[in-house]
Amino acid sequence: MIAITREARASYAFVERNFNLTKRYWGWEVAFLVYAVAGALSVSLIGQSVGDRRLLMSLVVGAVFWNYLSVVFQSIGDTITWERWEGTLEYTMMAPVRRSVQLLGSALYAVVYGLVHTTVLLIVLALFFSLDLGHANLGAAAIFMVVGSASLIGIGMLAAILPMMSVERGSQMVFVLQSCLLLVSGVYYSTEILPSWMQLISRISPATYVLDAIRKALIDGASADQLLPDLWPLLAMAFVFIPLGMWGFGRAEHYAKRTGKLKRVG
Amino acid sequence: MSISVQELTQTPAASQSIVQSVPVGPAALLVDHATKRFKVDRRKPPVVAVDDVSIRIERGEIYGLLGANGSGKSTFIRLVSGLLTLDAGRVEVFGHDLVREEMAVKRLINRVSVDAAFFKKLSPAENLSFAARLYGLDTREAHRKAVAIMARLGIGEKRMSRPVEQMSRGMQQKVAIARAILTSPMLLLLDEPTTGLDPRSKLDVQAFVEELRADHDTTIVLTTHDLAEAERLCGRIGILAGGRLTAEETPECLKSRVAFEYGLPPTLESAFMQYTGRSLDDDIEEGEAEPAD
Ligand SMILES: Nc1ncnc2c1ncn2[C@@H]1O[C@H](COP(=O)(O)OP(=O)(O)OP(=O)(O)O)[C@@H](O)[C@H]1O
Ligand SMILES: [Mg+2]
Repeated sequence: MIAITREARASYAFVERNFNLTKRYWGWEVAFLVYAVAGALSVSLIGQSVGDRRLLMSLVVGAVFWNYLSVVFQSIGDTITWERWEGTLEYTMMAPVRRSVQLLGSALYAVVYGLVHTTVLLIVLALFFSLDLGHANLGAAAIFMVVGSASLIGIGMLAAILPMMSVERGSQMVFVLQSCLLLVSGVYYSTEILPSWMQLISRISPATYVLDAIRKALIDGASADQLLPDLWPLLAMAFVFIPLGMWGFGRAEHYAKRTGKLKRVG
Repeated sequence: MSISVQELTQTPAASQSIVQSVPVGPAALLVDHATKRFKVDRRKPPVVAVDDVSIRIERGEIYGLLGANGSGKSTFIRLVSGLLTLDAGRVEVFGHDLVREEMAVKRLINRVSVDAAFFKKLSPAENLSFAARLYGLDTREAHRKAVAIMARLGIGEKRMSRPVEQMSRGMQQKVAIARAILTSPMLLLLDEPTTGLDPRSKLDVQAFVEELRADHDTTIVLTTHDLAEAERLCGRIGILAGGRLTAEETPECLKSRVAFEYGLPPTLESAFMQYTGRSLDDDIEEGEAEPAD
């Protein structure tokens, strides 16, 4: 029991610190939100210009929830980038804290941050296009966001390896991974139009299932049992990706300690 | 924060008596044949940063590590901190093996390095509260303690809530010292903690280090390029050259030995020159040290 309280407190350390950082950089946060809104709007406007209401809805959902997934994904990598940049990573790694606690603490903050971000985005887009979310199943959409986050967090941990290895270039490599996910996950189009080998990859991307389910829930108001086929793969992936992410990060940490890559100055 | 004359004129005699007493319990730090190599270039042989070093430090000791630039001091500190893996050898802290009992060791140690690494946009209070949480401390208690440590080092409480980036380098270094002390480490690793501090701040930090040893029984490993500092603080001094431990003695013994054996002036400086095997000018020109013997 004491151990659990200890770990919970330690992981809260990361939540609190990241919150403090967000607060300190609030001007940039607003700018980032403007960027997200502009991006989502410009994609959604394609649907508007075609005059297809269903396509518009589909693109709005794609843009908004892709934003959520990428914010969560990126913010896990960012905490490592940041620590590496400031040189504090060595101190954090010296602390008597399990790496899983560190990563989960950062992930927890990322999810909360992503939810706030996405809510703002969804409200802005709903107002802009006067969307009718009357018969949308918002509860189901929320559940899929949370369940989907779990496996995304695992991939995020794997992505966080890159900034640990290279301060200067690592965070850019996170974008590379992210754009590959974007390509195969059917964010703006159906995965059916992809070549068959890409369709295979799309099936191991959690984003594919999250987006498919959220579209059904928000556009068609699909009920919970209609969405179950999307839920099982996500749960299974969470059980694979989170341990895989922690294991991969642990291996990478060991490699960094063997080759002296954690060092910044001194 | 002013320092009394008594503190300024304090001699390291007290620290030496600790060394000579019979050790009880496990060593504070036991390093047994530690070796660390870095592969820098595929075609060249690896750099041996720490080469078969064995050191035993008793509880309550202040152990000084001297050596030219690139002689392996920081690498040694990182090995003990668990920030680098050992290629060979073993490290024990108060009887806990660094590899097998990682968490137990982590709870006992902390480190201050030359550069004060912080989230620069956050205040010292926020940075220290993060550290306190990581070590499972009560944050309010930790804050009180941090304020007291900072005051001791001459930084007022109102500074605690302004971003670290607004502080000078020396002030940041003091915050870094506070971060380490906050967690009450049994073994404190200080990697050039006073480099870049003004003379008064240096004395503040030195007096504080002595106080830690005296009042809290903290064992300290200190690397420094300031020989007067080493002489003042350290009960024993080890000299590294090209990753090898070339001498290990009390400052007094080191001085008399160079005088007696090599006919050099009885100073730590001549001991440094003798056991690092080269002059400081060479280090500046070439940057990398080679074994002295
Ligand atoms: N992360 C690393 N990767 C590769 N080589 C390294 C790394 N860290 C240290 N070295 C090499 O190991 C040797 C010892 O370096 P170290 O930093 O331990 O020296 P030092 O005694 O602390 O020097 P200084 O007095 O300048 O701080 C040097 O040759 C250095 O180039
Ligand atoms: Mg060094």
